[in-house]
Amino acid sequence: MSLFRDRRILAGAMTLVAAAALTACGSKTSDEGSAAGVTADVSGDTVKVGLLNSLSGTMAISEVTVRDSIMLAVEEINAAGGVLGKKIQPVGEDGASDWPTFAEKAEKLISEDRVAAVFGCWTSASRKAVKPVFEKNKALLFYPVQYEGLEQSPYIFYTGATTNQQIVPGLDYLKSQGAKSVYLVGSDYVFPRTANKIIKAYATANGMTVLGEDYAPLGSTEFGTIVNKVKSSGADAVFNTLNGDSNVAFFKEYKSAGLTAAAMPVVSVSIAEEEVKGIGTQYLEGQLTAWNYYQTTPGAANSKFVAAYKAKYGADKPTSDPMEAAYVGVHLWKAMVEKAGAFDVEKVRAASDGITFDAPEGLVTVDGKTQHIAKTARIGKIGADGLITEVWNSGKPVAPDPYLKTYPWASGLS
Amino acid sequence: MTAVTPAPPSTAVHPAPVGAVPPGRPAGRSRLRTLAGFAFGAAVLFAVAPLVLSDFRLALLAKYLCVAMVAVGIGIAWGRGGMLTLGQGVFFGLGGYAMAMHLKLADAGPGGMPDFMQLYGQLDELPLWWRPFASPWFALPATVLLPMIVAFGLGSLVFRRRVRGAYFAILSQALAAAMVILLIGQQGTTGGTNGLTDIKGFFGYDLDDPVNQRMVYFVIAGTLLALLALTRQLIHSRYGELLVAVRDGEERVRFLGYDPASVKLVAYVVAAGMAGLAGALFVPAVGIISPALIGIVPSIEFVIGVAVGGRATLLGPVLGAVAVAWARTALSERFPGTWTYLQGLLFVVVVAFLPGGLASLWALARRRDVGARPVRRGWLSLGRRRAERTEVPAA
Repeated sequence: MSLFRDRRILAGAMTLVAAAALTACGSKTSDEGSAAGVTADVSGDTVKVGLLNSLSGTMAISEVTVRDSIMLAVEEINAAGGVLGKKIQPVGEDGASDWPTFAEKAEKLISEDRVAAVFGCWTSASRKAVKPVFEKNKALLFYPVQYEGLEQSPYIFYTGATTNQQIVPGLDYLKSQGAKSVYLVGSDYVFPRTANKIIKAYATANGMTVLGEDYAPLGSTEFGTIVNKVKSSGADAVFNTLNGDSNVAFFKEYKSAGLTAAAMPVVSVSIAEEEVKGIGTQYLEGQLTAWNYYQTTPGAANSKFVAAYKAKYGADKPTSDPMEAAYVGVHLWKAMVEKAGAFDVEKVRAASDGITFDAPEGLVTVDGKTQHIAKTARIGKIGADGLITEVWNSGKPVAPDPYLKTYPWASGLS
Repeated sequence: MTAVTPAPPSTAVHPAPVGAVPPGRPAGRSRLRTLAGFAFGAAVLFAVAPLVLSDFRLALLAKYLCVAMVAVGIGIAWGRGGMLTLGQGVFFGLGGYAMAMHLKLADAGPGGMPDFMQLYGQLDELPLWWRPFASPWFALPATVLLPMIVAFGLGSLVFRRRVRGAYFAILSQALAAAMVILLIGQQGTTGGTNGLTDIKGFFGYDLDDPVNQRMVYFVIAGTLLALLALTRQLIHSRYGELLVAVRDGEERVRFLGYDPASVKLVAYVVAAGMAGLAGALFVPAVGIISPALIGIVPSIEFVIGVAVGGRATLLGPVLGAVAVAWARTALSERFPGTWTYLQGLLFVVVVAFLPGGLASLWALARRRDVGARPVRRGWLSLGRRRAERTEVPAA
């Protein structure tokens, strides 16, 4: 009967599949060095680099500014003759604010376009998603955003701040201002949760009290409860790791609850010039931020950067820390390639230690061991004009310490 | 014709054995067509695709085929059973997480812990609920059974209380949202928004090796074909007829003495099992499972693929899911800045001009060819054949 024949054929097909699968097996996990890297295609008179940012989805508003800034650096380098005599040809892909898409596009850039390096990613989740792709293919990623630390991939260069270059100085500043208690507010994802773990360890060691810790889902705009809890806690300061749109709702609620920057300052680590514009200065005036760069940072390199950016994208466009870090990343990659004399990833990595660049934020130095860069920490105050003015800086670049090994209070964290 | 024989009112449904052929079906032609269809599908998936596509594109196809497996399940539950399952991400996630937890533990080695636990959770030892997943004998069946058990529990409650239509859809969405919030909140033990990533091996095989990636692709393609064969038998069985009857007239079926809740429950549980299996195979193919893959938006995207393909047909959901996923990749590579508009336009065009989905294209073309022949749906639609036969003399 028909059914019987169908089944026999199905069984036959499945046996075939199984047989094909078993005979076609490749290397086992126990084999050493089985996966070979993909080499970049540098045969022509151009060299391709990948730009991997979210151009759609919730992260697009931030990541598009990073893309613009990378393009600016590429144009500058091409105008000055390119890298090792080759013009840079950027290949853009949209990560779509979706982590597996980031992994897919990274793989595409590496194995189909055979780019020499990739610049981009913003959220930690997207970085964690692409990290195995870069490690598998032995390809390079330049990651431009401050993050939660506790990571050191041999195939990623971290040009944004790690925790000891942003969060720890922020806490030091609060402590120096006499803050004895803090309240932690953050979006519910990996960066805020990890940052808050570090903050709690710091607080315990420095005689600060953490009066509360609250998380809102990414994109949440309901902050009535949280702000009430903050208000009744009577904390000296609030440490804010909210991301994106949530900040708008939080600060509106904060102001309408009668809380002010003078009575209870908020230190934010994800609000830069671009976000200030979106949230509205009337809600933010006087509040604090911790970064490594502001549009107002003095120096010739920054004046040039700001002028070039505004000339290309419009006079009303601000520059911000992640944009600057992305811009610096492209220039650092150029310097590494030129020092190595080749685009080869291993040679570039070997050449990276000690590379310096006169960046808009001041002199930065690549630490070859951690593949992070030494950066000056800066605390800023948001002004009525939407710009952020520095109120404190670390005086000299702070050496990166992603695992906080030099901080005794952080010994239990990693 | 298969008039549904009334059962004594007290007894529940007796689903006919899977694969039973409705009596009175003209056997020859349709079976031949089905066999030819399967042979063609197998040839495309096993011979043509690996030869034409690069390793990267083949890995993408593997990913699409996983989505297609979920779509096959939605085709049963929604297309045949009328349950708009807007929360299949939950079952996809359960399967995916079960598999990823096992693979992470296998990577960590005996007694080891996944890397992220020390980082985010500062745990000294493996949480209790992770432990069984160290054994493949637990984890592998769990990828399918866990979603089915959850679906069974939820379905028993929901269908008995006669929750249906929009209420059912909203409920399944809420479940997807709840699961995402739970996973993100328990960052120390679930990896939070990052999900479980950086998976190195698949039962001892190094996933970085392109040969092994190819093997994973073959396993996925084979599984999809097997699921399609199973689905075909299911929808041709007496149970399949009953499911359609419940979709089209639940009260009538109830008055005939059947229990519609049980009929729907079976379809819902089968669809959940397929989604779980898809999630489990997605993990070695893509190397990541995260809340972003199982929340409300991806759950809706699963359904969009099915709608575009044609939900009431056997192959429609598969074609739709693969087409939508492929279009997404192709458009976003070609137009990184504007692809979302183009994708939206595509959906609007399909819904406006092809309400039966891509699968109805075939019928449309045939109707044009033959002239005024009143073919209701194409050969892809195996369900309405009875109705068709009453109107159309065998050609």
